[in-house]
Amino acid sequence: MGTPNAVGDWSSEMEVSAFRRLFPLHYYERHLSESIRPDARPLKRARDTIVSLGAVASSDGSALAKIGSTTMLAAIKMEVMTPSVDLPDEGSIAVEFHMPPICSPVVRPGRPAEVAPVISKQLFDSLLSSGMIDLKELSLIKGKAAWMAYLDIYCLDADGALFDAALLSAVAAFSHLRIPVVSLNDEGRMVMVSKELEGEKLDKEPVDKERRKLSLKSIPFSLTCILHKNYILADPTFEEESIMETFITVVLNSSGQLVSLYKPGGPVLAHTSAIQECVALTRQRMKELEEIIDEAISTMEID
Amino acid sequence: MEIDRADGRNPNQLRPLSCSRGVLNRAHGSASWAQGSTQVLAAVYGPKAGTKKNENPEKASVEVIWKPKTGQIGKQEKEYEMVLKRTLQSICILTIHPNTTTSVIVQVVHDDGALLPCAINASCAALVDAGIPLKHLAVAICCCLADSGLVMLDPTKLEEEKMKAFVYLVLPNSILSVLPEESSSVKGEQMEQGLITSVTHGVMSVDDYLHCLERGRAATSKMSDFLRRNLQPQLSSDSSKAG
Repeated sequence: MGTPNAVGDWSSEMEVSAFRRLFPLHYYERHLSESIRPDARPLKRARDTIVSLGAVASSDGSALAKIGSTTMLAAIKMEVMTPSVDLPDEGSIAVEFHMPPICSPVVRPGRPAEVAPVISKQLFDSLLSSGMIDLKELSLIKGKAAWMAYLDIYCLDADGALFDAALLSAVAAFSHLRIPVVSLNDEGRMVMVSKELEGEKLDKEPVDKERRKLSLKSIPFSLTCILHKNYILADPTFEEESIMETFITVVLNSSGQLVSLYKPGGPVLAHTSAIQECVALTRQRMKELEEIIDEAISTMEID
Repeated sequence: MEIDRADGRNPNQLRPLSCSRGVLNRAHGSASWAQGSTQVLAAVYGPKAGTKKNENPEKASVEVIWKPKTGQIGKQEKEYEMVLKRTLQSICILTIHPNTTTSVIVQVVHDDGALLPCAINASCAALVDAGIPLKHLAVAICCCLADSGLVMLDPTKLEEEKMKAFVYLVLPNSILSVLPEESSSVKGEQMEQGLITSVTHGVMSVDDYLHCLERGRAATSKMSDFLRRNLQPQLSSDSSKAG
Protein backbone atom coordinates (compact mmCIF):
# COMPACT_ATOMS: atom_id res chain seq x y z
CA MET A 1 0.00 0.00 0.00
CA GLY A 2 2.72 2.44 0.85
CA THR A 3 5.47 1.17 -1.45
CA PRO A 4 7.52 3.86 -3.20
CA ASN A 5 6.40 2.83 -6.69
CA ALA A 6 2.73 2.88 -5.77
CA VAL A 7 3.10 6.30 -4.16
CA GLY A 8 4.91 7.64 -7.19
CA ASP A 9 2.12 6.49 -9.47
CA TRP A 10 -0.61 7.94 -7.31
CA SER A 11 0.98 11.30 -6.60
CA SER A 12 0.52 12.53 -10.11
CA GLU A 13 -3.12 11.51 -10.22
CA MET A 14 -4.72 12.41 -6.92
CA GLU A 15 -5.52 15.67 -5.21
CA VAL A 16 -3.10 17.15 -2.75
CA SER A 17 -5.41 16.87 0.26
CA ALA A 18 -6.11 13.21 -0.45
CA PHE A 19 -2.40 12.48 -0.84
CA ARG A 20 -1.79 14.25 2.45
CA ARG A 21 -4.24 12.00 4.29
CA LEU A 22 -3.24 8.73 2.62
CA PHE A 23 0.55 9.04 2.53
CA PRO A 24 1.39 11.63 5.17
CA LEU A 25 5.03 10.69 5.54
CA HIS A 26 5.72 10.94 1.80
CA TYR A 27 3.86 14.25 1.68
CA TYR A 28 6.09 15.64 4.41
CA GLU A 29 9.28 14.23 2.96
CA ARG A 30 8.56 15.91 -0.36
CA HIS A 31 8.41 19.20 1.49
CA LEU A 32 11.43 18.53 3.68
CA SER A 33 13.63 17.81 0.70
CA GLU A 34 12.92 21.39 -0.40
CA SER A 35 13.65 22.65 3.17
CA ILE A 36 10.13 23.86 3.78
CA ARG A 37 7.06 22.67 5.65
CA PRO A 38 3.43 22.55 4.48
CA ASP A 39 2.59 25.73 6.39
CA ALA A 40 5.39 27.51 4.49
CA ARG A 41 7.68 27.76 7.49
CA PRO A 42 11.42 27.11 7.10
CA LEU A 43 12.50 24.06 9.11
CA LYS A 44 14.06 25.97 11.97
CA ARG A 45 11.42 28.61 12.54
CA ALA A 46 8.83 28.50 15.31
CA ARG A 47 5.23 29.58 14.80
CA ASP A 48 3.95 33.09 15.63
CA THR A 49 3.73 33.52 19.38
CA ILE A 50 1.39 35.82 21.30
CA VAL A 51 1.29 36.38 25.06
CA SER A 52 -1.45 38.33 26.77
CA LEU A 53 -1.36 39.04 30.51
CA GLY A 54 -4.32 39.37 32.84
CA ALA A 55 -6.67 37.11 30.91
CA VAL A 56 -8.52 35.92 34.04
CA ALA A 57 -9.67 38.86 36.16
CA SER A 58 -10.59 36.89 39.28
CA SER A 59 -7.16 35.33 39.74
CA ASP A 60 -4.07 36.86 41.30
CA GLY A 61 -2.01 36.38 38.14
CA SER A 62 -2.92 35.00 34.75
CA ALA A 63 -1.84 34.85 31.14
CA LEU A 64 -2.93 33.48 27.79
CA ALA A 65 -0.20 32.18 25.49
CA LYS A 66 -0.62 31.11 21.88
CA ILE A 67 2.07 29.44 19.80
CA GLY A 68 0.52 29.08 16.36
CA SER A 69 -2.84 27.47 17.18
CA THR A 70 -1.79 25.88 20.48
CA THR A 71 -3.50 27.95 23.17
CA MET A 72 -2.82 27.76 26.91
CA LEU A 73 -4.54 29.70 29.69
CA ALA A 74 -2.65 29.91 32.98
CA ALA A 75 -4.04 31.30 36.23
CA ILE A 76 -2.55 31.56 39.71
CA LYS A 77 -4.52 31.70 42.95
CA MET A 78 -2.72 32.40 46.20
CA GLU A 79 -3.69 30.92 49.55
CA VAL A 80 -2.15 31.17 52.98
CA MET A 81 -0.98 27.93 54.51
CA THR A 82 1.36 26.76 57.27
CA PRO A 83 4.83 26.03 55.95
CA SER A 84 6.36 22.62 56.51
CA VAL A 85 8.46 21.99 59.60
CA ASP A 86 11.76 21.39 57.79
CA LEU A 87 11.42 24.49 55.57
CA PRO A 88 9.75 27.09 57.79
CA ASP A 89 10.73 30.12 55.75
CA GLU A 90 9.61 28.94 52.32
CA GLY A 91 6.28 28.95 50.55
CA SER A 92 5.38 26.48 47.83
CA ILE A 93 3.84 26.07 44.39
CA ALA A 94 1.40 23.48 43.09
CA VAL A 95 1.15 23.02 39.32
CA GLU A 96 -1.70 21.28 37.54
CA PHE A 97 -2.02 20.94 33.77
CA HIS A 98 -5.50 20.21 32.47
CA MET A 99 -6.49 19.00 29.03
CA PRO A 100 -10.26 19.46 28.87
CA PRO A 101 -12.16 17.85 25.98
CA ILE A 102 -12.29 21.20 24.19
CA CYS A 103 -8.64 20.97 23.24
CA SER A 104 -8.55 17.91 21.03
CA PRO A 105 -10.85 15.29 19.49
CA VAL A 106 -8.76 12.59 21.17
CA VAL A 107 -9.62 13.70 24.71
CA ARG A 108 -13.04 12.76 26.09
CA PRO A 109 -14.44 13.19 29.63
CA GLY A 110 -13.97 9.54 30.54
CA ARG A 111 -10.69 9.21 28.70
CA PRO A 112 -8.18 11.73 30.08
CA ALA A 113 -5.10 12.44 27.99
CA GLU A 114 -2.03 10.43 28.95
CA VAL A 115 0.31 13.37 28.52
CA ALA A 116 -1.45 15.65 31.02
CA PRO A 117 0.10 14.37 34.29
CA VAL A 118 3.48 14.02 32.58
CA ILE A 119 3.44 17.65 31.43
CA SER A 120 2.26 18.75 34.92
CA LYS A 121 5.25 17.10 36.51
CA GLN A 122 7.70 18.39 33.92
CA LEU A 123 6.41 21.94 34.37
CA PHE A 124 6.74 21.69 38.13
CA ASP A 125 10.30 20.37 37.88
CA SER A 126 11.32 23.01 35.33
CA LEU A 127 9.82 25.92 37.23
CA LEU A 128 11.40 24.94 40.52
CA SER A 129 14.82 23.78 39.40
CA SER A 130 15.42 26.70 37.02
CA GLY A 131 15.61 29.04 39.99
CA MET A 132 12.97 31.38 38.60
CA ILE A 133 11.10 31.68 41.88
CA ASP A 134 12.75 32.14 45.23
CA LEU A 135 10.41 30.30 47.58
CA LYS A 136 11.62 32.46 50.45
CA GLU A 137 9.79 35.39 48.85
CA LEU A 138 6.55 33.50 49.37
CA SER A 139 7.02 33.42 53.12
CA LEU A 140 4.90 35.68 55.37
CA ILE A 141 5.75 34.87 58.96
CA LYS A 142 8.51 32.37 59.51
CA GLY A 143 7.19 29.08 60.77
CA LYS A 144 3.57 30.26 60.90
CA ALA A 145 2.30 31.43 57.54
CA ALA A 146 3.44 31.25 53.96
CA TRP A 147 1.90 31.53 50.53
CA MET A 148 0.90 28.54 48.43
CA ALA A 149 0.56 29.46 44.76
CA TYR A 150 -1.85 27.20 42.88
CA LEU A 151 -1.00 27.37 39.20
CA ASP A 152 -3.60 25.87 36.87
CA ILE A 153 -2.96 25.67 33.17
CA TYR A 154 -5.78 24.85 30.80
CA CYS A 155 -5.08 23.71 27.29
CA LEU A 156 -7.71 25.23 25.05
CA ASP A 157 -6.35 24.03 21.72
CA ALA A 158 -3.79 21.24 21.41
CA ASP A 159 -1.88 21.70 18.17
CA GLY A 160 1.58 20.40 19.03
CA ALA A 161 4.37 21.72 21.28
CA LEU A 162 2.13 21.61 24.36
CA PHE A 163 4.97 21.81 26.87
CA ASP A 164 6.46 24.93 25.23
CA ALA A 165 3.19 26.82 25.28
CA ALA A 166 2.39 25.69 28.83
CA LEU A 167 5.78 26.82 30.14
CA LEU A 168 5.44 30.16 28.38
CA SER A 169 1.98 30.75 29.85
CA ALA A 170 3.21 29.75 33.34
CA VAL A 171 6.15 32.16 33.14
CA ALA A 172 3.89 34.95 31.87
CA ALA A 173 1.36 34.30 34.66
CA PHE A 174 4.09 34.52 37.29
CA SER A 175 5.33 37.78 35.85
CA HIS A 176 1.77 39.14 36.05
CA LEU A 177 1.26 37.88 39.61
CA ARG A 178 0.46 40.46 42.30
CA ILE A 179 0.51 39.03 45.80
CA PRO A 180 -2.62 40.03 47.75
CA VAL A 181 -2.36 42.13 50.89
CA VAL A 182 -3.07 40.27 54.13
CA SER A 183 -3.03 41.16 57.78
CA LEU A 184 -3.09 39.24 61.02
CA ASN A 185 -6.46 39.45 62.73
CA ASP A 186 -7.24 39.12 66.45
CA GLU A 187 -7.46 35.36 66.42
CA GLY A 188 -3.98 35.14 64.96
CA ARG A 189 -5.20 34.16 61.50
CA MET A 190 -4.28 35.79 58.26
CA VAL A 191 -7.13 37.50 56.50
CA MET A 192 -7.22 39.08 53.08
CA VAL A 193 -7.54 42.82 53.11
CA SER A 194 -10.30 43.51 50.63
CA LYS A 195 -9.83 46.00 47.83
CA GLU A 196 -12.06 48.73 49.31
CA LEU A 197 -10.11 48.90 52.54
CA GLU A 198 -6.72 48.96 50.90
CA GLY A 199 -6.50 52.69 50.64
CA GLU A 200 -7.92 53.55 54.08
CA LYS A 201 -6.27 53.47 57.43
CA LEU A 202 -6.48 50.01 58.97
CA ASP A 203 -6.61 48.98 62.59
CA LYS A 204 -4.13 46.19 62.16
CA GLU A 205 -0.97 46.71 60.13
CA PRO A 206 -1.01 44.57 57.00
CA VAL A 207 1.94 42.32 56.43
CA ASP A 208 2.65 43.83 53.00
CA LYS A 209 1.75 47.44 52.34
CA GLU A 210 1.03 47.03 48.66
CA ARG A 211 0.49 44.21 46.26
CA ARG A 212 4.00 43.20 45.49
CA LYS A 213 5.37 41.25 42.56
CA LEU A 214 7.74 38.32 42.68
CA SER A 215 11.26 38.99 41.50
CA LEU A 216 11.89 36.48 38.73
CA LYS A 217 15.45 35.54 37.87
CA SER A 218 16.68 32.80 35.50
CA ILE A 219 13.42 32.40 33.61
CA PRO A 220 13.12 29.05 31.79
CA PHE A 221 12.20 28.88 28.09
CA SER A 222 11.80 25.77 26.00
CA LEU A 223 11.70 24.54 22.44
CA THR A 224 10.51 21.18 21.13
CA CYS A 225 12.19 19.89 17.98
CA ILE A 226 11.34 16.86 15.89
CA LEU A 227 14.10 14.64 14.57
CA HIS A 228 13.42 12.86 11.33
CA LYS A 229 16.27 11.24 9.40
CA ASN A 230 18.71 14.13 9.04
CA TYR A 231 16.17 16.90 9.44
CA ILE A 232 15.44 18.89 12.56
CA LEU A 233 12.07 20.64 12.65
CA ALA A 234 11.48 23.27 15.32
CA ASP A 235 8.09 23.77 16.97
CA PRO A 236 6.00 20.94 15.47
CA THR A 237 2.26 21.00 14.87
CA PHE A 238 0.06 18.12 16.03
CA GLU A 239 0.14 16.55 12.57
CA GLU A 240 3.93 16.63 12.43
CA GLU A 241 4.19 15.12 15.92
CA SER A 242 1.89 12.25 15.05
CA ILE A 243 3.71 11.36 11.83
CA MET A 244 7.33 11.80 12.91
CA GLU A 245 7.39 10.49 16.43
CA THR A 246 10.82 11.41 17.73
CA PHE A 247 10.97 14.72 19.56
CA ILE A 248 13.41 16.37 21.91
CA THR A 249 12.49 19.19 24.31
CA VAL A 250 15.27 21.47 25.53
CA VAL A 251 14.64 23.90 28.39
CA LEU A 252 17.22 26.63 28.99
CA ASN A 253 17.07 29.37 31.58
CA SER A 254 18.08 32.95 30.97
CA SER A 255 21.47 32.36 32.62
CA GLY A 256 22.18 29.94 29.75
CA GLN A 257 22.05 26.77 31.82
CA LEU A 258 20.32 23.57 30.75
CA VAL A 259 17.26 23.00 32.92
CA SER A 260 16.03 19.91 31.11
CA LEU A 261 16.81 17.88 28.01
CA TYR A 262 13.94 15.48 27.49
CA LYS A 263 13.95 12.89 24.74
CA PRO A 264 11.49 10.10 25.49
CA GLY A 265 12.51 7.34 23.09
CA GLY A 266 11.45 7.47 19.47
CA PRO A 267 12.64 5.64 16.37
CA VAL A 268 15.40 8.16 15.54
CA LEU A 269 18.59 8.13 17.64
CA ALA A 270 20.02 11.51 18.58
CA HIS A 271 23.70 12.04 17.89
CA THR A 272 25.74 14.72 19.62
CA SER A 273 25.55 17.02 16.60
CA ALA A 274 21.74 16.89 16.63
CA ILE A 275 21.66 17.64 20.36
CA GLN A 276 23.96 20.63 19.95
CA GLU A 277 21.85 21.96 17.11
CA CYS A 278 18.67 21.67 19.17
CA VAL A 279 20.33 23.56 22.03
CA ALA A 280 21.43 26.30 19.62
CA LEU A 281 17.89 26.59 18.24
CA THR A 282 16.56 26.85 21.79
CA ARG A 283 18.97 29.68 22.54
CA GLN A 284 17.68 31.61 19.54
CA ARG A 285 14.09 30.93 20.49
CA MET A 286 14.83 32.09 24.04
CA LYS A 287 15.78 35.54 22.77
CA GLU A 288 12.55 35.79 20.78
CA LEU A 289 10.45 34.71 23.76
CA GLU A 290 12.20 37.11 26.15
CA GLU A 291 11.31 40.00 23.85
CA ILE A 292 7.71 38.87 23.60
CA ILE A 293 7.31 38.61 27.37
CA ASP A 294 9.02 41.96 28.00
CA GLU A 295 6.71 43.59 25.49
CA ALA A 296 3.65 42.04 27.12
CA ILE A 297 4.76 43.26 30.55
CA SER A 298 5.42 46.80 29.36
CA THR A 299 2.04 46.94 27.58
CA MET A 300 0.40 45.90 30.83
CA GLU A 301 2.18 48.53 32.85
CA ILE A 302 1.14 51.30 30.53
CA ASP A 303 -2.53 50.45 31.03
CA MET B 1 39.44 16.28 41.99
CA GLU B 2 38.57 13.04 43.71
CA ILE B 3 35.35 12.86 45.62
CA ASP B 4 34.93 10.08 48.11
CA ARG B 5 31.72 8.21 47.51
CA ALA B 6 29.97 6.76 50.50
CA ASP B 7 30.39 3.18 49.33
CA GLY B 8 34.01 3.63 48.28
CA ARG B 9 33.48 3.37 44.54
CA ASN B 10 35.41 5.53 42.12
CA PRO B 11 33.40 7.89 39.86
CA ASN B 12 33.38 5.55 36.88
CA GLN B 13 32.42 2.44 38.74
CA LEU B 14 28.97 0.90 38.50
CA ARG B 15 27.34 -0.98 41.35
CA PRO B 16 27.26 -4.78 41.11
CA LEU B 17 24.70 -5.82 38.50
CA SER B 18 22.60 -8.92 38.68
CA CYS B 19 19.88 -10.15 36.37
CA SER B 20 17.72 -13.26 36.51
CA ARG B 21 15.28 -14.20 33.80
CA GLY B 22 12.18 -16.34 33.94
CA VAL B 23 11.47 -15.56 37.59
CA LEU B 24 7.69 -15.53 37.19
CA ASN B 25 5.78 -18.59 36.10
CA ARG B 26 2.61 -17.18 34.52
CA ALA B 27 4.17 -14.26 32.67
CA HIS B 28 5.27 -14.86 29.09
CA GLY B 29 8.58 -13.24 29.94
CA SER B 30 9.99 -11.87 33.15
CA ALA B 31 13.22 -10.54 34.56
CA SER B 32 14.53 -9.20 37.83
CA TRP B 33 17.31 -6.63 37.55
CA ALA B 34 19.33 -5.31 40.46
CA GLN B 35 21.94 -2.55 40.52
CA GLY B 36 23.35 -2.51 44.04
CA SER B 37 20.27 -2.31 46.28
CA THR B 38 17.93 -0.96 43.60
CA GLN B 39 15.85 -3.87 42.37
CA VAL B 40 13.07 -3.95 39.81
CA LEU B 41 10.93 -6.85 38.61
CA ALA B 42 9.50 -6.68 35.09
CA ALA B 43 6.92 -8.99 33.50
CA VAL B 44 5.85 -9.12 29.86
CA TYR B 45 2.54 -10.45 28.59
CA GLY B 46 1.95 -10.55 24.90
CA PRO B 47 1.44 -10.10 22.09
CA LYS B 48 -2.28 -10.04 22.80
CA ALA B 49 -4.89 -9.36 20.16
CA GLY B 50 -6.23 -5.87 19.65
CA THR B 51 -4.97 -2.37 20.35
CA LYS B 52 -6.38 0.45 22.43
CA LYS B 53 -8.61 3.04 20.81
CA ASN B 54 -6.07 5.76 20.13
CA GLU B 55 -3.30 3.50 18.95
CA ASN B 56 -2.44 2.83 15.33
CA PRO B 57 -3.74 -0.65 14.38
CA GLU B 58 -1.12 -1.07 11.66
CA LYS B 59 1.61 -1.43 14.24
CA ALA B 60 2.05 -3.41 17.42
CA SER B 61 1.65 -1.30 20.53
CA VAL B 62 3.33 -1.46 23.91
CA GLU B 63 1.51 -0.78 27.15
CA VAL B 64 3.38 -0.13 30.39
CA ILE B 65 2.07 -0.37 33.93
CA TRP B 66 4.35 0.92 36.66
CA LYS B 67 3.73 -0.19 40.21
CA PRO B 68 5.60 1.72 42.93
CA LYS B 69 6.79 -0.01 46.07
CA THR B 70 4.51 2.00 48.35
CA GLY B 71 1.96 4.73 47.96
CA GLN B 72 -0.58 5.58 45.31
CA ILE B 73 0.05 6.01 41.64
CA GLY B 74 0.79 9.68 40.97
CA LYS B 75 2.36 11.88 38.33
CA GLN B 76 5.86 10.49 38.84
CA GLU B 77 4.64 6.99 37.99
CA LYS B 78 2.77 8.28 34.93
CA GLU B 79 5.92 9.99 33.72
CA TYR B 80 7.97 6.83 34.16
CA GLU B 81 5.29 4.86 32.30
CA MET B 82 5.39 7.27 29.37
CA VAL B 83 9.19 7.34 29.11
CA LEU B 84 9.41 3.55 29.40
CA LYS B 85 6.66 3.03 26.82
CA ARG B 86 8.28 5.29 24.25
CA THR B 87 11.73 3.79 24.85
CA LEU B 88 10.43 0.23 24.43
CA GLN B 89 8.46 1.20 21.33
CA SER B 90 11.66 2.42 19.74
CA ILE B 91 13.48 -0.88 20.31
CA CYS B 92 10.67 -3.30 19.39
CA ILE B 93 10.07 -4.14 15.75
CA LEU B 94 6.49 -2.92 15.61
CA THR B 95 5.64 -4.01 12.11
CA ILE B 96 5.94 -7.75 12.72
CA HIS B 97 2.70 -8.28 14.66
CA PRO B 98 0.32 -5.46 13.76
CA ASN B 99 -2.83 -4.87 15.79
CA THR B 100 -1.46 -6.47 18.94
CA THR B 101 -0.61 -5.14 22.39
CA THR B 102 2.34 -6.21 24.48
CA SER B 103 1.98 -5.34 28.17
CA VAL B 104 5.00 -4.66 30.31
CA ILE B 105 4.39 -4.53 34.05
CA VAL B 106 7.13 -3.06 36.20
CA GLN B 107 7.15 -3.61 39.96
CA VAL B 108 9.62 -1.63 42.06
CA VAL B 109 11.09 -3.89 44.71
CA HIS B 110 13.52 -1.39 46.21
CA ASP B 111 14.53 2.12 45.18
CA ASP B 112 18.10 3.10 45.99
CA GLY B 113 18.87 5.50 43.16
CA ALA B 114 18.85 5.08 39.35
CA LEU B 115 15.34 3.62 39.41
CA LEU B 116 14.26 4.39 35.86
CA PRO B 117 17.45 3.00 34.25
CA CYS B 118 17.09 -0.17 36.33
CA ALA B 119 13.48 -0.53 35.17
CA ILE B 120 14.43 -0.03 31.52
CA ASN B 121 17.14 -2.68 31.79
CA ALA B 122 14.74 -5.08 33.50
CA SER B 123 12.03 -4.52 30.86
CA CYS B 124 14.52 -5.11 28.06
CA ALA B 125 15.62 -8.41 29.62
CA ALA B 126 11.97 -9.40 30.14
CA LEU B 127 11.18 -8.67 26.48
CA VAL B 128 14.06 -10.93 25.45
CA ASP B 129 12.77 -13.61 27.81
CA ALA B 130 9.32 -13.37 26.22
CA GLY B 131 10.76 -13.64 22.74
CA ILE B 132 9.39 -10.29 21.48
CA PRO B 133 11.32 -9.31 18.32
CA LEU B 134 13.66 -6.39 19.00
CA LYS B 135 15.87 -4.27 16.74
CA HIS B 136 18.59 -4.00 19.36
CA LEU B 137 18.81 -3.93 23.12
CA ALA B 138 18.67 -0.79 25.22
CA VAL B 139 21.19 -0.09 27.94
CA ALA B 140 20.22 2.50 30.54
CA ILE B 141 22.52 4.35 32.86
CA CYS B 142 22.35 7.22 35.35
CA CYS B 143 25.02 9.91 35.63
CA CYS B 144 25.03 12.49 38.36
CA LEU B 145 26.85 15.79 38.42
CA ALA B 146 28.57 17.19 41.48
CA ASP B 147 29.02 20.93 42.05
CA SER B 148 32.65 20.70 41.02
CA GLY B 149 31.63 19.35 37.60
CA LEU B 150 32.71 15.80 38.35
CA VAL B 151 30.52 13.16 36.70
CA MET B 152 29.70 10.06 38.74
CA LEU B 153 27.99 6.99 37.35
CA ASP B 154 25.19 4.99 38.95
CA PRO B 155 24.43 7.07 42.06
CA THR B 156 22.67 5.78 45.15
CA LYS B 157 19.55 7.56 46.43
CA LEU B 158 21.53 9.70 48.86
CA GLU B 159 23.94 10.73 46.12
CA GLU B 160 21.04 11.59 43.77
CA GLU B 161 19.53 13.86 46.38
CA LYS B 162 22.77 15.57 47.31
CA MET B 163 24.06 16.27 43.80
CA LYS B 164 22.98 19.32 41.87
CA ALA B 165 21.75 17.36 38.85
CA PHE B 166 21.44 13.89 37.40
CA VAL B 167 20.71 12.48 33.97
CA TYR B 168 19.13 9.20 32.91
CA LEU B 169 20.48 8.05 29.54
CA VAL B 170 19.39 5.14 27.40
CA LEU B 171 21.65 4.07 24.56
CA PRO B 172 21.53 1.15 22.14
CA ASN B 173 23.82 -1.69 23.11
CA SER B 174 27.17 -1.94 21.39
CA ILE B 175 27.39 -3.92 18.21
CA LEU B 176 29.13 -7.27 18.13
CA SER B 177 29.60 -7.85 14.45
CA VAL B 178 30.98 -10.77 12.48
CA LEU B 179 31.63 -8.40 9.59
CA PRO B 180 34.79 -6.26 9.48
CA GLU B 181 34.97 -2.87 11.21
CA GLU B 182 34.13 -0.51 8.29
CA SER B 183 30.55 -1.66 7.86
CA SER B 184 29.51 -0.62 11.36
CA SER B 185 29.88 3.10 10.86
CA VAL B 186 27.10 5.16 9.38
CA LYS B 187 28.24 8.42 7.79
CA GLY B 188 31.18 8.70 10.14
CA GLU B 189 29.16 8.37 13.34
CA GLN B 190 28.61 4.86 14.62
CA MET B 191 25.17 3.70 15.62
CA GLU B 192 26.24 3.14 19.17
CA GLN B 193 26.67 6.85 19.61
CA GLY B 194 23.00 7.62 19.11
CA LEU B 195 20.86 8.45 22.12
CA ILE B 196 17.50 6.75 22.54
CA THR B 197 16.22 8.52 25.64
CA SER B 198 17.39 11.26 27.97
CA VAL B 199 15.66 12.59 31.10
CA THR B 200 17.37 15.21 33.25
CA HIS B 201 16.71 16.58 36.73
CA GLY B 202 18.30 19.71 38.07
CA VAL B 203 20.18 22.49 36.34
CA MET B 204 23.54 21.96 34.63
CA SER B 205 25.49 23.66 31.91
CA VAL B 206 25.24 22.33 28.35
CA ASP B 207 28.91 21.28 28.43
CA ASP B 208 28.33 19.28 31.61
CA TYR B 209 25.47 17.47 29.88
CA LEU B 210 27.62 16.56 26.88
CA HIS B 211 30.32 15.39 29.26
CA CYS B 212 27.77 13.11 31.02
CA LEU B 213 26.73 11.80 27.61
CA GLU B 214 30.30 10.81 26.77
CA ARG B 215 30.79 9.08 30.09
CA GLY B 216 27.49 7.29 29.65
CA ARG B 217 28.56 6.04 26.21
CA ALA B 218 31.83 4.73 27.61
CA ALA B 219 30.00 2.84 30.34
CA THR B 220 27.47 1.22 28.03
CA SER B 221 30.07 -1.12 26.58
CA LYS B 222 30.58 -2.68 30.03
CA MET B 223 26.84 -3.02 30.56
CA SER B 224 26.33 -4.39 27.05
CA ASP B 225 28.84 -7.15 27.74
CA PHE B 226 27.08 -8.03 30.98
CA LEU B 227 23.71 -8.06 29.22
CA ARG B 228 24.96 -10.20 26.37
CA ARG B 229 26.48 -12.78 28.71
CA ASN B 230 23.39 -12.86 30.85
CA LEU B 231 20.95 -13.23 28.00
CA GLN B 232 22.59 -16.33 26.57
CA PRO B 233 19.92 -19.00 26.12
CA GLN B 234 19.40 -20.97 29.30
CA LEU B 235 20.21 -24.63 28.89
CA SER B 236 17.84 -25.88 31.61
CA SER B 237 14.44 -27.00 30.37
CA ASP B 238 12.03 -24.11 30.05
CA SER B 239 8.44 -25.30 30.24
CA SER B 240 6.37 -23.83 27.44
CA LYS B 241 4.63 -20.61 28.30
CA ALA B 242 1.59 -20.81 26.07
CA GLY B 243 -0.82 -18.04 27.05
